[in-house]
Amino acid sequence: MNAATEFDTLPTREETQRGLVVIAMSGGVDSSTVAAVLLEQGRPVVGLTMQLWNQRRLPELQRDGPKQHRCCSLDDVYDAKRVAQHLNFPHYVVNFEEQFEQRVVRPFVDQYLAGRTPIACTNCNTDVKFEPLLRMARQIGAERLATGHYARIRKNEQTGRCELLRARDESKDQSYFLWGLSQDQLSSSEFPLGELTKEEVRALARRTNLPVAEKPESMELCFVPTGNYVQFIQAYSKDGGISLSQAEGEIVTEDGTVVGHHNGVHNFTIGQRKGLGFAAGKALYVLSIDPENNRVVVGDNDSLRTTSFEVTAVNWVSIEQPSGPLRATVKIRHKHEPTAATVHPVDSTTARIVFDAPQRAITPGQGAVFYDGDRVLGGAWIR
Amino acid sequence: MNSVYLDYNATTPVEPQVLDAMLPYFSADFANASSIHTPGQRARSAVETAREQVAALIGARPQEVVFTSGGTESDNNAIFGVLNSHVTQPILAVHSSSAKATAPHIITTTIEHEAVLNTCQALEKQGVSVTYLPVDREGLVDPESVRQAIRPETILITMMHANNELGTVQPLEEIGCIARKHKIYFHTDAVQSAGKIPIDVNALNVDLLSLSGHKLYAPKGVGALYVRSGTRLRQLLYGGHHQRGFRPGTENVAGIVGLGKAAELARNSLASDAQQVSTLRDKLECGLAERVQQVHVNGGSAPRTPNTTNVMFAGIEGEALVIALDLKGLACSIGAACSSGAVEPSHVMTAIGLSQEEAKSSLRFSLGRHTTESEIAFALEVIPAAVAQLRALSPTYRKEAASHV
Repeated sequence: MNAATEFDTLPTREETQRGLVVIAMSGGVDSSTVAAVLLEQGRPVVGLTMQLWNQRRLPELQRDGPKQHRCCSLDDVYDAKRVAQHLNFPHYVVNFEEQFEQRVVRPFVDQYLAGRTPIACTNCNTDVKFEPLLRMARQIGAERLATGHYARIRKNEQTGRCELLRARDESKDQSYFLWGLSQDQLSSSEFPLGELTKEEVRALARRTNLPVAEKPESMELCFVPTGNYVQFIQAYSKDGGISLSQAEGEIVTEDGTVVGHHNGVHNFTIGQRKGLGFAAGKALYVLSIDPENNRVVVGDNDSLRTTSFEVTAVNWVSIEQPSGPLRATVKIRHKHEPTAATVHPVDSTTARIVFDAPQRAITPGQGAVFYDGDRVLGGAWIR
Repeated sequence: MNSVYLDYNATTPVEPQVLDAMLPYFSADFANASSIHTPGQRARSAVETAREQVAALIGARPQEVVFTSGGTESDNNAIFGVLNSHVTQPILAVHSSSAKATAPHIITTTIEHEAVLNTCQALEKQGVSVTYLPVDREGLVDPESVRQAIRPETILITMMHANNELGTVQPLEEIGCIARKHKIYFHTDAVQSAGKIPIDVNALNVDLLSLSGHKLYAPKGVGALYVRSGTRLRQLLYGGHHQRGFRPGTENVAGIVGLGKAAELARNSLASDAQQVSTLRDKLECGLAERVQQVHVNGGSAPRTPNTTNVMFAGIEGEALVIALDLKGLACSIGAACSSGAVEPSHVMTAIGLSQEEAKSSLRFSLGRHTTESEIAFALEVIPAAVAQLRALSPTYRKEAASHV
């Protein structure tokens, strides 16, 4: 056999490219099922798995004990590859470690050290998945990016805007983490699971014999598989040569009375009761964190309830920026039920939000997402 | 999907004649080459023929060739072997109290393959002192820097012959003379040069030379280490008395036969292969220079293996280009793949002075014996198109292009 003759018929560009969709594949059941759904629709797909974080980076977090489900572990990469082989489509692992650290991990740690309680998943969506990954998808010739998010995108023919909607399965809805997406990002993206329940996704995964059909879900932040943020922040800071020994400070009541000491504001989040590290006559809660004076302010549960707060980096999603106050339901953390409020735009990037009734523990660093029913009107960071 | 394969430096297909030569030794002539009976003697004879064939490729004597599992094992055997024959007690115990200057010393370069680099790093942890010589912009080591790095404790110089990513060929003859003059053992990883350019262990003045089967159209899992007669080398593996006890383990007869046959074929067609493949390589380079703006061949003005070109496309993300090209049916490579398959910045690219951005925008195309004119024509069609597509979407390239106007 002459090897040279094998190469006589070469694929043309058209055959390989038209309507190509990139699937962001974590190796989990959701994004794997996205592949099954798109292939059933007869669409050409390519899977990309992002290598985001090297778990060997912080060896001190790798204690003995039960094996944790870890982000970017080789197991997850192999799972994604097995799915791609099973369904027979091309798959690649792409290295986004640098972007992930710069845009997600470091800001996460910095925010904690500044006394805030950040949400890394929102940054990861806005600044990694739908930014460099979407760009890479376009660069390799794809027109669209599909992910396993539970949310829906709908084109409003009247306004011409792409609207972001909550998932049909409210218990799985991830729209809270997607408020940062631009019109450009939304118009190139699709969430094929938005109309499905988790049970339907599992059933689909089983029906197509996906090797990950029975894989358990990962609940924790992917780069902190133990769920212990404090330990992670300490290890990461140490790795970066930052000593947290200067972080010790006072715990004070609202009137300034010192009631104890703490070893770093990153150990606290607003509304936290346990772990205050001192015995008090009555239950005390973290009311606010004052990073400038390195103080944690505590008080009783009732003092946690407030009505109004400011937000920054406002992004209007399903509507254009309104000219005046806007009625909406606002969600202030992942496990918060959207609650009636008025959004008062201050300028193009800031707004004041006034709830109809006081809400507990409005926490700087978290997202505030404005809804009209299922529609995400916009969102912002709580200042 | 891949129809055009330009990644021969990663691995090569087994040549049909090589496969034919190997096939009897899986089932028909399956005997153990160490057995005394007739079937065993047939296997032994095949192994010894292969040893002669490999020796002939590199100008060695057959008894100086040891078969191994591949390039990595050969490198480990050479480096640990020299060190362990020199050191009879644990180094750290001997040298921790006294000055570290008396610890054994090894000279290598910053552009070695991981099989050498990581072996040296492992030895450093045991107390060995290692000098990593820099290379110039073309990927070449200055022999004078070798001379200057030599210390009384220097026991080994290990330096690759041809670089896997750039194809640049080091001036081993000169460095070999320096090593010999100072009575220092000289090892070379010739995995990327064996079968591509002529090798004569005596002309190069090397004492130890590693080569790998699957880079020269033999199968994966077989390689060889040349050990000059008289070289003091401690074995790495312990077991039976195979291969004079130096490399125990039942011989991989079929693999060894394949390596031998491949070495013979390589020796016979070396000049014509080199001529043919370098013509195509040059055609690819010229074609890219004509069709794509802002391209640069890394290491392009150094002596190179005839099949390798490493091209920097300003402003592109190489990882995306490799994928885009693969989807169009062209297989090539970039940097070093880590265990997950993601691309890590190449230490070779940064060693020749490229910035991180430049390193990430450099791709390797490596041609082989089966590369055809039509394949190069295909490459010259899809690469410029893919580069244009990427640059249109690159935030950095638009800036660069604007600044060049």
